[in-house]
Amino acid sequence: MNPIIVDAPPAGGTMPNLLSRYAECTIWLARYMERIENLARLIDVTETFVRSGSTVNGWESIIQINADEERFFGRHAVATEENVVGFYVTDRENPNSIASIAHAARENARALRPLISTEMWTQLNIFTNTVRGLGTTDIRSSNLSALCTRLKQECQTHHGITEGTFYRDQAWLFYIIGRNLERGDQITRLIDIKYHTLLPSVAGVGSEVDIGQWTAVLRSAAAYHAFRRVVSGEMTPGTVAGFLLKNDGFPRSLSTCLRQLHWAVGHLRTDYGLKHGYAAAERIEELRATLAEQTIKDIILRGLHEFLDWMQRELQHVQGEIAQAFWPPMEPPPAPPPAQSQSQA
Amino acid sequence: MSDLTDRDAARRAGLFVTYDTPDFFCELMNRKDIPPDSLSLVRERLLRFDLPELRQRASAAEAELYNLGITFTVYTDRDAIDRILPFDLIPHVLTAAEWDHVERGVRQRVTAINHFLWDIYHEKRILKDGIIPAELVLGNPNYRSEMEGLNVPGGVYVHINGTDIVRDGDGRFLVLEDNARTPSGVSYVIENRHMMLRVMPDLAAGLDLMPVDEYGMRLQQALAEVAPPGVIDPQVVLLSPGIYNSAYFEHVFLAREMGVPLVEGRDLVVEGGRVYMRTVAGLRPVHSIYRRLNDDFLDPQVFNRDSMLGVPGLVDAYRRGNVTIANAIGTGVADDKAVYAYMPRIIRYYLSEEPILSNVDTHICAEDEGLAYTLANLDKLVVKPVGESGGYGLIIGPHATQTELDDFRVKLLADPANYISQPVISLSVCPTLCEAGVEGRHVDLRPFAVTGRSTWVLPGGLSRVALRKGSLVVNSSQGGGSKDTWVLAS
Repeated sequence: MNPIIVDAPPAGGTMPNLLSRYAECTIWLARYMERIENLARLIDVTETFVRSGSTVNGWESIIQINADEERFFGRHAVATEENVVGFYVTDRENPNSIASIAHAARENARALRPLISTEMWTQLNIFTNTVRGLGTTDIRSSNLSALCTRLKQECQTHHGITEGTFYRDQAWLFYIIGRNLERGDQITRLIDIKYHTLLPSVAGVGSEVDIGQWTAVLRSAAAYHAFRRVVSGEMTPGTVAGFLLKNDGFPRSLSTCLRQLHWAVGHLRTDYGLKHGYAAAERIEELRATLAEQTIKDIILRGLHEFLDWMQRELQHVQGEIAQAFWPPMEPPPAPPPAQSQSQA
Repeated sequence: MSDLTDRDAARRAGLFVTYDTPDFFCELMNRKDIPPDSLSLVRERLLRFDLPELRQRASAAEAELYNLGITFTVYTDRDAIDRILPFDLIPHVLTAAEWDHVERGVRQRVTAINHFLWDIYHEKRILKDGIIPAELVLGNPNYRSEMEGLNVPGGVYVHINGTDIVRDGDGRFLVLEDNARTPSGVSYVIENRHMMLRVMPDLAAGLDLMPVDEYGMRLQQALAEVAPPGVIDPQVVLLSPGIYNSAYFEHVFLAREMGVPLVEGRDLVVEGGRVYMRTVAGLRPVHSIYRRLNDDFLDPQVFNRDSMLGVPGLVDAYRRGNVTIANAIGTGVADDKAVYAYMPRIIRYYLSEEPILSNVDTHICAEDEGLAYTLANLDKLVVKPVGESGGYGLIIGPHATQTELDDFRVKLLADPANYISQPVISLSVCPTLCEAGVEGRHVDLRPFAVTGRSTWVLPGGLSRVALRKGSLVVNSSQGGGSKDTWVLAS
């Protein structure tokens, strides 16, 4: 069952075609809002993690997950909470901070104002203004969890308003594509980094710390209760990674993301005759098949890290193919004819 | 006892206890005639407010404008700062009769301007007949030779026009300036109305106000009407410089209201003399462009070569008649300050009618009569050089010393053709919420006229108010705000 099938856009080719620039901005708006939510989740869970003393390199793991080692250590000597949280929440010099991503989301939303609903813009406007106003007090550890909750909720509000007000045409499909590309990418990163940092030492398997850490991974993906409901028995790296990668009912799992991507790209082709999406659709089909054909045990056996790394690169290819299909680079403009310009002082 | 009585009196007088503008015309409080009943009703309703209440509503309105992003953006090195245009909650009210007069005047003026532009880019009869000096037109920096001989659809050059109007001490409407290039501000007219009805519902309740909501529809319709002939279902777009333009909100607003795509130069491409937009399904034809970009930036092949905002080849497509550009290229010559002085004659020349709306009396010093009058009344007049903008090189007679007047007389005699003179106008005022309470502030009015097959004028227009006491400057960059403009339908 696909829960978003009911949102299928009005069929028929009479709709005006979407400007390429709008399609591109829509994908990025969706990606950035999803990215902020994931980052807020990650900071929140890491804070819990570190507070409970269950990790030694908790704050560093966020740096690893985003592959920001070079940028971070170019600016800070040590990965203390203060440094890392500042770097990822308020630091405008860091393009991967919530402040920078929110700014980028806002710029895309500004470009999309003719297209998106007033409610979407107003909420984004207030939200991004709030983020812009965040200061050192807001990210103090006593306020951090509350801040993360607020950020997460604002992103969810955005999703809700979008779901409830965004007109269902091509732009909506690009929005779904952006959201799921980002979500898929984020879930693979989360598993990748946590799998390695949490890979149990022989003595640690099944210990209380181990379980606590896997619980935290699940919680950071809002998956803990869903996992509990469907996976009985032991919480192992395999069951957790398997759930996050392959569970078809969980909205943030990789398989769900791929299914929705496939759905959206498919509708661009069937409902709007946008055949250029062919390459992306083919690739997504392959990714789905590759994921479905293997059990989590197979994946771990063949190398989980390699699989996740490959998947991230594949998702980038999907983004690239969509860009090539729907906003191909412009050919260089013809050189202006000489000396017929009228100069105006 | 007496204290209590005073307070009672103050409460009854409400907002207007300190309002006193005997010297100026005020639409609401000092019309110098008997106001129509509907206007008295507005006045009575306003009297029921007290200051804290009005302030509370004003701050609610400001917060809402900010959150809705009804803002213009000021860019600094580090950041983009969104500012709202200050909004005053006391409306600028026009009666049905007053509006009828303004509307007819605006329509007449726009018609004359379109005739004038057609003529100067074709036969140049008005120049040959000596009505207006040829060098003033042909030597004007906004005259575009690219437009010569081009037959624009419907003969319409100025599809969107803004006429800046003031009222003098007797309440007479006078045109201060024409805006025939890319006049802005219409989004505020409509958003101000929405805001007004949300924040001051009790003030507007039951009044028969002329609606402003159909502007976008009318504009879309007009632009479709003037699309190149033979196009069945023309694609209209709004061309904006992009999100970094301070008027970007207005571009978004208009594109939405018109239901057309907001495009930037990079979204458009010219191939084989035709204009297309880049969509997810490939190139799609474009027929009418409402551009919010100055002439200089439209096409780097013809005008400013460094412009990244324009569309290479656009002017060629335009000259081939494959696309309509609104407003047309080269309309700036019609709203020029020097040409303004000739506008009453331009109206008489093309329409054989007397101007319905007067100019501010303007004496053209290039003419003997005008020069003689100016010299004889130098201490009573404002004398302006025609080529300058921003108030440079002018003299305000009543404020000048004898020495300044004497010096100016020499300059004027040396080059009379460079000057015009006008009387000092005692601008009308509107009650406005200020720091000390409700006070009179100078206002102007910019009605917007939309021309396709015919001309339609948006009822009311943008009312700008100079928030600084005594200031005559209503520009938003210099402490100006805006008001909702109410045209009473009856």
